[in-house]
Amino acid sequence: MEPAIRFERVSKRFGATIVLDDFDFAVSCGEKVAILGPSGSGKSTLLRILMTLEDIDDGTVYLEGDRLWQRTPGQSATATSSRELARLRSKVGMVFQQFNLFPHMTALENVAAAPRHVLGHSAGAAKKLAGDLLDKVGLGDRLHSYPARLSGGQQQRVAIARAMALRPKVMLFDEPTSALDPELVGEVLEVMKALAHETDLTMIVVTHQLGVARAIADRVCFMERGRLVEEGDPNTFFDAPKSDRTKAFLRSVKLA
Amino acid sequence: MSFSFDLIVEFLPVFWQGTLVTIAATVVGFLLSLIVGGVLLTLMRAPSRLVSLPAVLFMEFVRSTPLLVQVYFLFFVLPNVGIKMPAFLTGVIALGLHHGAYVSETYRAALEAVPRGQWDAAVSLNYGRAKAYWYLILPQAAPIALPALGNTLITMIKDTPILSAITVTELMFVANDIGTQRFQYTEPITFAAIIYLVMSLAAAALVTYLDRSFRIARS
Repeated sequence: MEPAIRFERVSKRFGATIVLDDFDFAVSCGEKVAILGPSGSGKSTLLRILMTLEDIDDGTVYLEGDRLWQRTPGQSATATSSRELARLRSKVGMVFQQFNLFPHMTALENVAAAPRHVLGHSAGAAKKLAGDLLDKVGLGDRLHSYPARLSGGQQQRVAIARAMALRPKVMLFDEPTSALDPELVGEVLEVMKALAHETDLTMIVVTHQLGVARAIADRVCFMERGRLVEEGDPNTFFDAPKSDRTKAFLRSVKLA
Repeated sequence: MSFSFDLIVEFLPVFWQGTLVTIAATVVGFLLSLIVGGVLLTLMRAPSRLVSLPAVLFMEFVRSTPLLVQVYFLFFVLPNVGIKMPAFLTGVIALGLHHGAYVSETYRAALEAVPRGQWDAAVSLNYGRAKAYWYLILPQAAPIALPALGNTLITMIKDTPILSAITVTELMFVANDIGTQRFQYTEPITFAAIIYLVMSLAAAALVTYLDRSFRIARS
């Protein structure tokens, strides 16, 4: 079966900094992958490429077998038409470290916005969908609150509901709990666990928090300097890491 | 020295007419500047330098020359090339172009003040550019631009006397006219100043009210 996501010899640079270096990577449909690594190792960029927020410098990226990005050096990165890009993008949802909720909309409006504006749902249908989703993330009583009045944990749960409203097949989480006070991590993690265990969503979670990786992932990957250093199932990865770099990283994160 | 209130009462209808013209020039000029600002910014942001460069040059030119010169140019020079407009229309266009150049800067700053992450969210939810601007970015940029646009409005009220130079019978023209008729300037000029003050304060109050209602709506 065609993997949900495949990176083939992808390179990405920001100026002189190499962010992804001849990078090969694949995620099967329905798989839950956690990506760990020091900052600047290319993990967030990997997600941003999949969300079409960044292009690539070399290589090919496939989404469910369709080319999302293809580039050979010297040529333009957009191998896909903007219409095709929009079609592929609709399969992917993303949750950001800083939530990025729309501050001028209530929680309900935040979730209902894209179904309304992008999918063309009626106002009633969009609100019904949004209400149901916010209920699922435990915010059924905060529908009419503006983001400024919500805690970080609540905001991130709204953001997850907002991304889910477009029924993505792939969900990307870019350090979803890193901006939260420690006591608020749990409520967001519960929602992510529910998604991981109760849906066939493909999930990629970039995180610094080992607990998050352990709770969600079928597979844990360690990235450094734009390359995949080590991967394995959570138990093997955390209890018997192979590479010295992974061991050192795990030690430093546990101490933090 | 005595202050003749009788003179003011006598000319009250004339003052009223002048005030109406001033208000009309301000309102039309302001609306025009909002449109000019938007068009200018769009042109300056065009990918082709063929489009953006003339827009940038135009903006620099307008901002670097006095409003009075621009008003004269439109009123006295353009007719030589066959473009003839009534004085009021000419004045209002000059106000709109002049302040539109500043408004485009206000717009640019307001758009840049919307955090980058909002665009990321828009893309992640598959909004196209136009829809992202309309539903997500502009509603956030508008309250940011509001105080600066309020300043533009008040500046514009205070710039309208320049239109008297091209025979628009606005408040300052009227006050000056009364002065020459009666050889008495103290009363009409003082009264005109008070009317300008009232208009400016009213505009400032309106802006403060709008600003506050935006804030309350979002918390």
